[in-house]
Amino acid sequence: MYNFEFVKPSTVEEAAAALQGEGAQALGGGQTLLPTMKQRLASPETLVSLTGVEGMVGISAGDGTVTVGGATTHAQVASEAASAYPALAALAGQIGDPAVRNRGTIGGSLANNDPAACYPSAALGSGASISTNKRNIAADDYFQGMFETALDEDEIVTSVSFPVPEAASYQKFLQPASRFALTGVFVAKFPGGVRVAVTGASNNGVFRWTEAEEALSKEFRADALMDLRINHLNMISDLHGSQEYRAHLVGVMTRRAVDAAG
Amino acid sequence: MTKVTMTINGKPRSGEAEGRTLLASFLREELGLTGTHVGCDTSQCGACVVHVDGKAVKSCTMFALEADGAQVDTIEGQADADGTLNSLQQAFQDYHGLQCGFCTPGMVMSAAALLKDNPKPSEAEIRHYLEGNICRCTGYHNIVRAILAASGQDVPAVAAE
Repeated sequence: MYNFEFVKPSTVEEAAAALQGEGAQALGGGQTLLPTMKQRLASPETLVSLTGVEGMVGISAGDGTVTVGGATTHAQVASEAASAYPALAALAGQIGDPAVRNRGTIGGSLANNDPAACYPSAALGSGASISTNKRNIAADDYFQGMFETALDEDEIVTSVSFPVPEAASYQKFLQPASRFALTGVFVAKFPGGVRVAVTGASNNGVFRWTEAEEALSKEFRADALMDLRINHLNMISDLHGSQEYRAHLVGVMTRRAVDAAG
Repeated sequence: MTKVTMTINGKPRSGEAEGRTLLASFLREELGLTGTHVGCDTSQCGACVVHVDGKAVKSCTMFALEADGAQVDTIEGQADADGTLNSLQQAFQDYHGLQCGFCTPGMVMSAAALLKDNPKPSEAEIRHYLEGNICRCTGYHNIVRAILAASGQDVPAVAAE
């Protein structure tokens, strides 16, 4: 890969200042960024490592909310959030493989917003709040299309707060070579209604399937979805699956998630 | 170039690294620890797995500068000082858990990380944990059997499908 300047600040303020430089890029766990740089699809002039930034690692729970520090690894979420928010922990435990989960971070995943990544569906499906060094962003406003988010260039995901639902499940149809979701669906049942977030399927990245949310809010049973079909025209089509196949999977995985959530 | 210092297999080691120097390259080329293998360089194969601060990571997908000051354990630190294989390595030999041997450093380091967290894993747990380690020779059965044996459990004569 092309060489770059490596900086390792110890505070969020220093990191944000470093990110204002031209060609600067934040480095979380690097499990996407390093492969991307090796392929020369990214060539930042300065990499701003977030691993030395204080106060961005850890999980806390209380008042019906689980808050995860932006530099917390998938492995930590998988083990430490298991009692407070089991569906979130289960999702984190299915990302990549064990060695990837020991490096990859929630902030990195959400900042990258890969259309097939798992975490965006948990954030959107839970109605999470994404906190940065500048503001709090509701998940509904945060995801803005494939690899697009509301983040500014010098904005860092410092933590993510998940309202804990009454029942939830993430069902991932694994693309076994990449270990990403060919299609994944996160269903969360709150007292005020049900949220359904779909990843891996759409050309616009993660999205809410509102028709399914309405049907499930009336009746939280997989059968309530039997007559629903999602339009395939904006779905991803690649060698792993056609648009029609992914649209079908959205229905199948949503019903499985409802069944698993109980 | 930046000076980097790590504790590798219990001993302090220093070397020079660029920003882009991968931990795998630093171990192999700067320190001569060539037991860590680079198979795919795309974080798929797991031949480069080492432990950083006790956690299994793919050293081809981490910068050396990110490991500055860390405790790093590699395959070279697994055997005793006199060369006697540890119980996990010995099980790989006893159960023919390797053929060409290229993936073995990563397999052993991943298996060691598994057994540290889960001393008596089931066969399914072993297979699941090794998802990020690719072996093109063995078909995995004998690797799974070796890890079962190393954990002191009964080893099926023929591993289940």
